[in-house]
Amino acid sequence: MLTIEHLRKSFGGVAAINDVSLHFEPGSLTAVIGPNGAGKTTFFNLITGAYRPDAGRVVLGGEDIAGLPAPVIMRRGMGRAFQVASIFSSLTVRESILGAVNAHRRDYAQLLRRFPLARAQSHADEVMELVGLSARAHVLSGNLSHGDQKLLDIALALALEPRVLLLDEPTAGMGSEERWQMIETVHQLWARKQITLIFIEHDMDIVFQYAQTIRVLSYGKVLAEGTAEQVRRNPAVIEAYLGAHFEGRAA
Amino acid sequence: MIRSALGRDLLFAVGGLILLAALPLVFPGKAFADFVIRLSAFAIYATSLNLLIGYGGLVSFGHGLFYGLGAYSFALLMQKAGTSIPLAFALTILINGAVAAVIGAICIRLKEIYFSFLTLAFQMLLHSLIIAWTSVTGGDQGLTGGVPRPPFLGIRLDDPRHLYLFCCAVLVVSLFIMRHLVQSPFGYTLRMIRDNPRRAAFLGIHVWRIRLLAFVVAGIFGGVGGMLISLFVSSAYPDFAYWTVSGEGVFMILLGGMGVFLGPLAGAGILLLLNDLVTRLTEHYSLVLGIVILAFALGLRKGVLGFLKDWWTKRAAGTKGRQSAATPAA
Repeated sequence: MLTIEHLRKSFGGVAAINDVSLHFEPGSLTAVIGPNGAGKTTFFNLITGAYRPDAGRVVLGGEDIAGLPAPVIMRRGMGRAFQVASIFSSLTVRESILGAVNAHRRDYAQLLRRFPLARAQSHADEVMELVGLSARAHVLSGNLSHGDQKLLDIALALALEPRVLLLDEPTAGMGSEERWQMIETVHQLWARKQITLIFIEHDMDIVFQYAQTIRVLSYGKVLAEGTAEQVRRNPAVIEAYLGAHFEGRAA
Repeated sequence: MIRSALGRDLLFAVGGLILLAALPLVFPGKAFADFVIRLSAFAIYATSLNLLIGYGGLVSFGHGLFYGLGAYSFALLMQKAGTSIPLAFALTILINGAVAAVIGAICIRLKEIYFSFLTLAFQMLLHSLIIAWTSVTGGDQGLTGGVPRPPFLGIRLDDPRHLYLFCCAVLVVSLFIMRHLVQSPFGYTLRMIRDNPRRAAFLGIHVWRIRLLAFVVAGIFGGVGGMLISLFVSSAYPDFAYWTVSGEGVFMILLGGMGVFLGPLAGAGILLLLNDLVTRLTEHYSLVLGIVILAFALGLRKGVLGFLKDWWTKRAAGTKGRQSAATPAA
């Protein structure tokens, strides 16, 4: 589904992503982990068109999308949510999702009809139900709680019916209980939609419990990849990121 | 629901037009009719600017360019080419749209203050052109010889009553169209881009195209305002394209409220009233205007209609709360 080949990106001579090659199976649930500054968000930025790669290919469904602008990449079947919830503060939840559905259906520049378009409404309602925001449909997005703003950010991406969904730290800034609720929601929507889901996460308990496969980045390179058990026991990962206590927990 | 929203706006527009048409029965003086005609021109212009500022987050300091361009294009077409009024209207709309497309394509890619000042630079370019091209524009004296007003479809714009009704009709139709546009999917996309352009791009929206479309629409309606003022004064002057016109547009939006569709209309009314009243009392009009703007900036930041809307919303919420409290539990 998504294949990254020899991806490179440098900023001022510093290699943020250095010859990264990865493959993501269709319908897989993958966590990308690594220490701060490992290049995880840069990796997302490169494959979603926020940055142009210096070299390498990003192949989505057989087509090289590397270097295309973000709106074009989103149209090719990619969806993305951000580390800091990226929403439309002055619109209600429903208006925001309807706007995203319009974008997906290329109705967003319609001048002659009235908002909301009848054909967008059922899809928007379905997305709100999927992430559990139906009860807050008419709340201004800027007035939502932090957790709900993160959910809305994911809902906006889901409205595009993406083949590949990238979530940058979906549980960032949340309390312990809220984190588990969020990841459970993410897991359920992955199971229901059968999309390829890739998420960046720092909570290792969440990563090891939910991710089918894990990719570890360090200093812009792929340090390790495999199942939770394989990554947890990898000495290089323990040394660079997890620390000795994880080795003990694995034992 | 969808039809009712459009129907409600239509009803409001028809009601507004009937009210405007009937007002001279209550205020029969020429001064009132002149005030409404000037208000029509400025209200259309300020509302078109609010499409950019309030709905698009694009603070243009050079929107007066389109007001001036509309006034000169229309006046020149009527005076030099001898076209009919409807044709001059249509051609002016085309000219304004085309110029807005070119200038917008250059300015829209710039961010915030750079966008604002480049639009201002284009406006001053037009102003300089008007001053310099004396043989066509009349230079700093403006167009002399008047703008002909040949009758069309039984409408005689040299009759003050017809001119009044025509300007009212153009005002209502323009506001209705702009209202429809901000309530269309395009209008909501514009709000999304205003709030968070990066997020909009990551939903597959071509931000640049939508902003350009908004710029063109605003340029067209800015020109419609200019056409009305040109009809009213039967000429066109370089002052119509001067930077102060852009400043006045921003003031109108601030006074009336950018968060309410009719805010710029209210703001235009307030500014014109201030202008008419204050200039009778003192020559220090700018000083008084400055104090008023400062008072609004400090105490009434959402403008008059924004303040009233908030007050009404809070009042309605309070009434609802009291009713719920008074209702005995089942």
